[in-house]
Amino acid sequence: MAKFKKKGGNATPGISTSSLPDIIFMLLFFFMVTTTMRESTLLVQIKPPQATEVQKLEKKSLVSFIYIGPPLRKQYGTESRIQLNDSFATVDDIPEFIEAEREAHDEADRKLLTTSLKVDKETKMGVVTDVKQQLREIGAFKINYSTAKKIAEK
Amino acid sequence: MARSVSEINAGSMADIAFLLLIFFLVTTTMDVDTGITRKLPPPPPKDQEDIKVKERNVLKVLVNKNDRLMVNGKPDDISNLRAEVKEFLRNDDIHSPNSADDRPEKRKEPLNFPLLGGQVWPSKGVISLKNDRGTSYDMYIQVQNELAAAIRELRDELSQQYFGMRYDQLVDDNKIKAIQKTIPVAISEAEPEDIGDK
Repeated sequence: MAKFKKKGGNATPGISTSSLPDIIFMLLFFFMVTTTMRESTLLVQIKPPQATEVQKLEKKSLVSFIYIGPPLRKQYGTESRIQLNDSFATVDDIPEFIEAEREAHDEADRKLLTTSLKVDKETKMGVVTDVKQQLREIGAFKINYSTAKKIAEK
Repeated sequence: MARSVSEINAGSMADIAFLLLIFFLVTTTMDVDTGITRKLPPPPPKDQEDIKVKERNVLKVLVNKNDRLMVNGKPDDISNLRAEVKEFLRNDDIHSPNSADDRPEKRKEPLNFPLLGGQVWPSKGVISLKNDRGTSYDMYIQVQNELAAAIRELRDELSQQYFGMRYDQLVDDNKIKAIQKTIPVAISEAEPEDIGDK
């Protein structure tokens, strides 16, 4: 009965790869959801100080960052500089920056806007104080000193 | 004659998805931002006179440009700061409107928290933090950290006493609020002055 002979004999069937895209898509979605794009390229060096009493910064979309630290490229000097978005700035640029951040958010969210100060630990307080004074003037009262978590030594 | 539609080859789908996956893998930063959250005071009105605060209600913490500490006029070390702040802000009997003579006064108006057993009088004590323009940011954060730790420990103790769990384990908003109001974050940062060189 040659007509009913099985095709191909008893070779093991290949592993089905049809579900591979699904698996990969699942991973893809996971990473898409957890991704936070780097907001801006750092022009200054930030080594945050360590502290034990840290809180997590909630709602990243409502946080605007001010970077203060010595410039990465030495031709800009070693004195701490302020970076807003992608460029160096002075203290006088901060009101404009905060105003722009406010414009970008809903009316309801504006009260919740937090300013995170990412400051290098070698920075002198003078420039930080100036920044804080500017923030007070413009009414951005919620601030966060960005620090790394130190495991309490006991 | 019905023409059968040939199936779209889905074999390359995996490749496309892989490409996207790798892109997101590379751009992902998983780090969570952490930090010490503080609220700045609104700017003082132009014609404001200095508010008089009694000596006994203030703990003055000064940091100079060499990152040395002075607490109430005496040189001090950062390792003692937490205990001193705790001792200063401690509220011995929250149900009593009076405090010992050498301790900070209580606020005049009591707060009413049935959860804490009726009326409570928070302490009037305030930590006055003043730093020089030349103080390093690291030192400033260390001081802020110690102050935050002292207040957190006091809140923990009160919370343990009344609710049997640590402050950060509380879930009930009313309880959290009661503790927060009874032991406020009483840190006042002095208006900056230009003293010393940069």
